Amino acid sequence: MFLQQLINGIALGSTYALIALGYTMVYGIITLINFAHGEIFMVGAFIGLLMVSVFKLNIFIAMALAMCVCMVLGVVIELIAYRRLRRSSRLSALISAIGVSIFLSSLALMVFGADAKGFPEGAFPLHQIHIGNADISTLQLTIIGIAAFLMLGLEFIVQKTKIGKAMRATSEDYAAAALMGINVNRVISFTFALGSALAAAGGVLVGLLYNAVSFNMGLMAGLKAFAAAVLGGIGSIPGAMLGGVLLGVTEIFGVAIGYSSYRDAIAFAILVLVLLFKPTGLLGQKIQKKV
Amino acid sequence: MAEFLQNIVGAVDPYTMQVIVNIGIAIPLALGLNIITGLTGQLSLGHAAFMSIGAFISAICTIRLGFPFALTLVTSGLVTAAIGAMIGFPILRLSGDYLAICTLGFAEIVKVIFLNLDITNKALGLTVPAPKSFLPMPIYVWGIAILSIVFVAFLQSSRFGRALKAIREDEIAAEAMGINLARYKVQSFAIGSFLAGVGGGLYAHFLGYINPSDFGFLKSVDILSMVVLGGLGSIPGTVIGAAVLTAAPEFLRFMSEYRMLVYGALLVCLMVFRPNGLLGGVNFTGLLLKAIGRNINESIPREKGRRKL
Repeated sequence: MFLQQLINGIALGSTYALIALGYTMVYGIITLINFAHGEIFMVGAFIGLLMVSVFKLNIFIAMALAMCVCMVLGVVIELIAYRRLRRSSRLSALISAIGVSIFLSSLALMVFGADAKGFPEGAFPLHQIHIGNADISTLQLTIIGIAAFLMLGLEFIVQKTKIGKAMRATSEDYAAAALMGINVNRVISFTFALGSALAAAGGVLVGLLYNAVSFNMGLMAGLKAFAAAVLGGIGSIPGAMLGGVLLGVTEIFGVAIGYSSYRDAIAFAILVLVLLFKPTGLLGQKIQKKV
Repeated sequence: MAEFLQNIVGAVDPYTMQVIVNIGIAIPLALGLNIITGLTGQLSLGHAAFMSIGAFISAICTIRLGFPFALTLVTSGLVTAAIGAMIGFPILRLSGDYLAICTLGFAEIVKVIFLNLDITNKALGLTVPAPKSFLPMPIYVWGIAILSIVFVAFLQSSRFGRALKAIREDEIAAEAMGINLARYKVQSFAIGSFLAGVGGGLYAHFLGYINPSDFGFLKSVDILSMVVLGGLGSIPGTVIGAAVLTAAPEFLRFMSEYRMLVYGALLVCLMVFRPNGLLGGVNFTGLLLKAIGRNINESIPREKGRRKL
């Protein structure tokens, strides 16, 4: 029972972590809460679904395509809605992000309709594996595997490549990075592309996990993923991973011990409690305020 | 008297009247958030939670206790203010985005609690009877809206309001000047919550039906957009923001299913082209004096400069 719930929780949590990474990277670089991120996740799920059900593609190819499309979407959103607002107050950018989010979700409502759609039968070869007294599906294992693979890939890009170094420099000090000859606009676009691709992968995985894709799936998932990013310490990549998995696991355990009607509150209650005792999140760095 | 007012209200067609009343309800809500976010500079993403607390307290007062309408509104405002202060006390230690996400989380928790309480009728929501008052509802709503405008205007130019502005501009400098940060922040939070509670009470009694799901994140965003759209910290801006954003979906109704699509695009465009809000940085007193031909503009300190939020 315990193992079963733990695996359920980690599978759910790793999808939260995938979305949270996008939030945390964007925040790390331009200190913007990108509220459209949840909708990118939703668009990713829909594109994956389209590819599988209309074009009859393999689920993994569909996921790769969804990631590519969302990369472009993320870059375009940044270009239209955020770039001009980079110098103005942060609240304006926030409202702009909320505008994008309303736009995308109502677009999805118009195109795909109000009811949730499921992936076609056999889109994913589903098997059950018995370990001890736990029933673990191949889907859950795949989700955990893909999420881990993508996060390792991200860690590689950020730590070992040149553009990753530029990203770290930009998030450390935007102005100094620009003075050192880093093309800051390109770095920001790249960050949006990376984050959006991860969100799209998360969208397809969540769509498979619940077998439901709907126009309003982005809001709650986005809020919880953001909570995960803050829980881990916003701006910190390992923090987002830790926060996502932690929220997923506690949520599943909360439901398992009988608080299913409080499901959506559990994630936020943990968040509020952690922030009260550790105001910068679990792995966040304390920033000394200077006069 | 009451009959006369009733006749005036009856002369306007009911649909227009409904939009007008909705604007009147939005004004205290937006002004409340304007105190917290615009004046004190504390970003709150959970204002709808205070509105829902006010709405449910007032509904329960009317249904269970049979309070008269005025008493109901005062009770809901005071209870909401008390809850706001209670919540504000621990979380206002956080700053910036951490505070924002905490208020958001708190709002979700409130929503889920209301969805599970018996007294709020769980997910079914409450049907609220028409208020017991001799004044017609639209007059009542606008009376309170105007009262709240006057109240906030006085507050803004008082010693208290100046302290809040100092906190917004620079917390460290404000503290060095002897402003007790924690106390003022909690007080501004409580006053903002009070207005939200009153607005929630009006909302509940005008609509006649409330459901916890109506007060989700999107409602908070709605109110925040009003404040930011009009221009942070500006009372006329907030009022116009409330009017524009309440009426906009109605004006866009002819586009039926494209309505929300256009609304979203409109928000983005407005922010991209007027990042400081429609009326951000506009000095109203100066404009007014100019209009009546007196140019004492120089004697009035201009409220310029961008805030860091």
